Amino acid sequence: MGQPSWCSEATSYGRVARRLTRIKAADTRLSPLSGMLDRSAAPSVAKGEPLLRTSGLSKTYDMGELKVVALNQVDFSANAGEFIVILGPSGSGKSTFLNLIGGLDTATSGEAWFQDHQLTGAREAALTRYRRDHVGFVFQFYNLVPSLTARENVRLVTEIARNPMRPEEALDMVGLGTRMDHFPAQLSGGEQQRVAIARAIAKRPDLLLCDEPTGALDSKTGVVVLEALTRVNAELGTTTLVITHNVAIRAIADRVVNFADGGIASIQVNAQRMSASSVGW
Amino acid sequence: MHALHLKLLREMRRLWPQILAIALVMAAGVATLVIGVGTYQSLAQTRSAYYESHRFADIFATVTRAPRSLLTQIAAIDGVLEVDARIAKHALMDLETMTAPASALLVSIPRQGDVALNRIYLRSGRLPEVGNTFEAVASEVFADANGIREGSRLKLVINGALREVTITGIALSPDYIYAMAPGEVMPNEGGFGVLWVPERNLAAAYDLAGAFNSLSIKLLPGASEAAAIERLDRLLEAYGGQGAYGRERQTSHAYLDTELTQLRAMSQVLPPIFLLVAAFLVNMTLTRLIALEREQIGLLKALGYSSWAIAWHYIEFVLLIAILGTVIGFALGIWAGNQLALLYARFYSFPILIFSRDPALYVIAAFVTVAAAVAGAVRAASTAAWLPPAVAMLPPAPPHYRRLLKADIRRLFPEPRQTSVMVARHLLHWPWRTVGGVLGAASSVAILVGSLWTVGAMEFMIDYTFNKSDRQDATLNFVAPKPLSALYEVARLPGILVAEPFRVVGAEIGSGHVTRRLAISGRLPETRLTRLLDASSATVALPDSGLLITRPLAEVLNVGRGETVEVKLLEGRRNTALLPVAGVIEGYLGMAAYMDINALGTLMGESDLISGAAVSIDPASQDKLFSLLKESPSLGHLSLRSAALERFRETMAQNLFVMVGVLVALAGVIAFGIVYNFARISLSEQGREMASLRVLGFRKGEVAGLLLAEIGVVVLLAQPLGWLLGYGLAIAMVKGFSSELFSMPLVVGPEVYAYSSLVVVASALIAGLVVVRRVDRLDMIAVLKTRE
Repeated sequence: MGQPSWCSEATSYGRVARRLTRIKAADTRLSPLSGMLDRSAAPSVAKGEPLLRTSGLSKTYDMGELKVVALNQVDFSANAGEFIVILGPSGSGKSTFLNLIGGLDTATSGEAWFQDHQLTGAREAALTRYRRDHVGFVFQFYNLVPSLTARENVRLVTEIARNPMRPEEALDMVGLGTRMDHFPAQLSGGEQQRVAIARAIAKRPDLLLCDEPTGALDSKTGVVVLEALTRVNAELGTTTLVITHNVAIRAIADRVVNFADGGIASIQVNAQRMSASSVGW
Repeated sequence: MHALHLKLLREMRRLWPQILAIALVMAAGVATLVIGVGTYQSLAQTRSAYYESHRFADIFATVTRAPRSLLTQIAAIDGVLEVDARIAKHALMDLETMTAPASALLVSIPRQGDVALNRIYLRSGRLPEVGNTFEAVASEVFADANGIREGSRLKLVINGALREVTITGIALSPDYIYAMAPGEVMPNEGGFGVLWVPERNLAAAYDLAGAFNSLSIKLLPGASEAAAIERLDRLLEAYGGQGAYGRERQTSHAYLDTELTQLRAMSQVLPPIFLLVAAFLVNMTLTRLIALEREQIGLLKALGYSSWAIAWHYIEFVLLIAILGTVIGFALGIWAGNQLALLYARFYSFPILIFSRDPALYVIAAFVTVAAAVAGAVRAASTAAWLPPAVAMLPPAPPHYRRLLKADIRRLFPEPRQTSVMVARHLLHWPWRTVGGVLGAASSVAILVGSLWTVGAMEFMIDYTFNKSDRQDATLNFVAPKPLSALYEVARLPGILVAEPFRVVGAEIGSGHVTRRLAISGRLPETRLTRLLDASSATVALPDSGLLITRPLAEVLNVGRGETVEVKLLEGRRNTALLPVAGVIEGYLGMAAYMDINALGTLMGESDLISGAAVSIDPASQDKLFSLLKESPSLGHLSLRSAALERFRETMAQNLFVMVGVLVALAGVIAFGIVYNFARISLSEQGREMASLRVLGFRKGEVAGLLLAEIGVVVLLAQPLGWLLGYGLAIAMVKGFSSELFSMPLVVGPEVYAYSSLVVVASALIAGLVVVRRVDRLDMIAVLKTRE
């Protein structure tokens, strides 16, 4: 196709997805996160199958007199193996969205499902289990443990995971095989972020959630980090959601979701993904 | 209000639990200082005022009988200011309130009522008058215990005759502040009392007209006590003088002195511990607060605040904590000090109790507390205040951690959990804080070991004295020595199962320049009731010749087994002899010497005389025996074991347990204060990491485990150190409190360590759990959005 590599379907997508999920929810009638405590009950999903979906997901912060609607009626779905970039200005609700689907926060209304487990309404312990077994996180400020070396930071997670890779393997994947015994303070920002990625992927998560992973990095270092993320996505098939306000990154995604005013404004599908090394800002 | 003051107050409101924990540790220091020094001052002032106003003597002596004409010679001794001669006799008493016979010390009051020394203080009623009926004034503690008032009538066996005595008043005297019957260990409130009787009545009853048997002397200021005693002994020798002694061996004075020494020791040891811990807590908390406010400090300096203003701002913060601690400490100290003084007033008879409210004490306590707090703050405040503003506004350099072990050593051990590695590295990253925490918790354990052990030691002494050594049910002390045949009379009394005779002779035992006056007890070589024991509670056989002496006596005389001591008997023909020390036995209740009853008789040049008998009693016939004994004219003093034991425990319970209870509470405050602040700061430093761990899927329990593990390591390390320090405290107490009258056995049982650790671990756990609740409230979202 001679068309640009992505096109808009913002208007119809939400409605369709909402209808689909409603049907599916009525079919399964599963209690929130039932079976989540047993990983075998959540078989790996084949590439292209739906992994995550939300319908009418909303979050309102109650600030006394003032009620702030951070997320308003979001319908969304992500398939296994997809690399999704979520774009939007600050305050557009993208981080709130990520917190909800990452099991870090509870929704005010609406539903969020991971495979056939409902996240909304799940208890605190079940959400912890969900994060522990299924989700990998990468943050803007890395959030490494300063008293542990790169290898030990990864090991911190592999120790509590069910089917982890070796910490060395994870660090090799992000190109840090030679700096494993350095403490975070001895690593550059980009290196630290790659340790964070290694830590997130070492448990072989189903879902990798990255909140502004290049936000604190310069362009050159940021590209190295993006390369690590796309490599993980390609080699492990990990469904990856990257939040950013950096428009340049969108070219490396399968799909780009644009957030504005607490909701999805538009979604673009990239017919052809560009490699991380070819972007810059 | 100044903006910085507003900031200060808001800071204090935010950090109130930590501030309160520190203030309470300070309050404990202030309180112990106020209680210790305040009570010491109250008691010491009360005693010295009482001694002064009622002319407490300096030298005391007992004779068999001496003519009053001798007093002129005594008054002529160099340094003697005043002489007071009395008649003092022990008598049996039949009290309706007691089944067993009680004993009384009858003390004469001179004719005109103008007593030179050891004047009585008449609490109520009037002085007794000479007449055909016996009138007497009773000692207050005894009267209170038996419900005796003016007009009460008591039945006494006075010199073998049953007499009725009418009580005309209640009184106290400075030589019986702490009244103990002879041969007893603890004061027997109901079973022993002093009765002051007109001299003419007593002289007539004991046939001592124109004579005396008890002497008190007041010396000129600066006069030599030893010289006066030596001259006095020479004068009294011919009259059956049993050796004069100074205040330090006067029972009432010596016991009160021991109590005062203990109080002073407490006020010297405890407050510094509390204040050191408080200074450490201030330092720890302020260092963290300043680290968190680093950027604010930079901003304030950029706005034009001087370094001094900023340093003062943090010093003010600490001063407010110190003031809070001081105020709580004063309130606690005054309250507990009054309670303690009232407790003392029950045991010791004072006409009035002077509550010392020396403002200097309060000023010093406040000053020391403030100084400790500021000392703890000064380093943290000054490093912050003198940072250039540009540097201060930048985030601090990231903490530099390092591996603890080299790679080849690490390989020898299994891979530890990474959470354990975090705990270890965090503790070692702040080595001084960790050491401080360990020392603080250890001091709390030490205070507990150092106070709880006394309970076990007392129990050990009770067991040693009453179950192992002196196993008789009662001891009969005859008024005067009797022939051995009297033993058969005793044995024939109803209910007497076993009767073992003993002979007691006053003697002076010396080695080199050191001499001590005490009673040599003569016993049968084989006894079933009374036994002589060594430190390991094994029986020591009485040798045919030679002495067995108690450890305190051996230490004072500096003699051991096989060496000889010079023995000068103070009774009979006052024979002297060089006797070998056949062995040293344990003796917690002062100095004593034992020998074979026949060998003692030979030494005395007498045959088969006994001073009394140790008896075991058939409980079924006990009442019959007592009623018979109450009217027995020949019996002297009877001391009952069960009563003695009960009193001993009662005294111990009230005196010791109150103190121990207070110390347990204070040690708990230290442990809580240390652990709470330690955990809060650790949480503050690692809150971001902990929230990150929660995001990574760590459960609340696992994250809380990090904090609890850190506390656990500190508290665990503190235990053995605390035990060691506590044992050292116990040794110091044994050394400090042992007197010639009394020494404590250094027995620190495993239960002492266990209870101490339990209290500290429990306080630490409570503190830990209080802090751990904050782990639940960690904000996972905020931590992801902010740089530290």
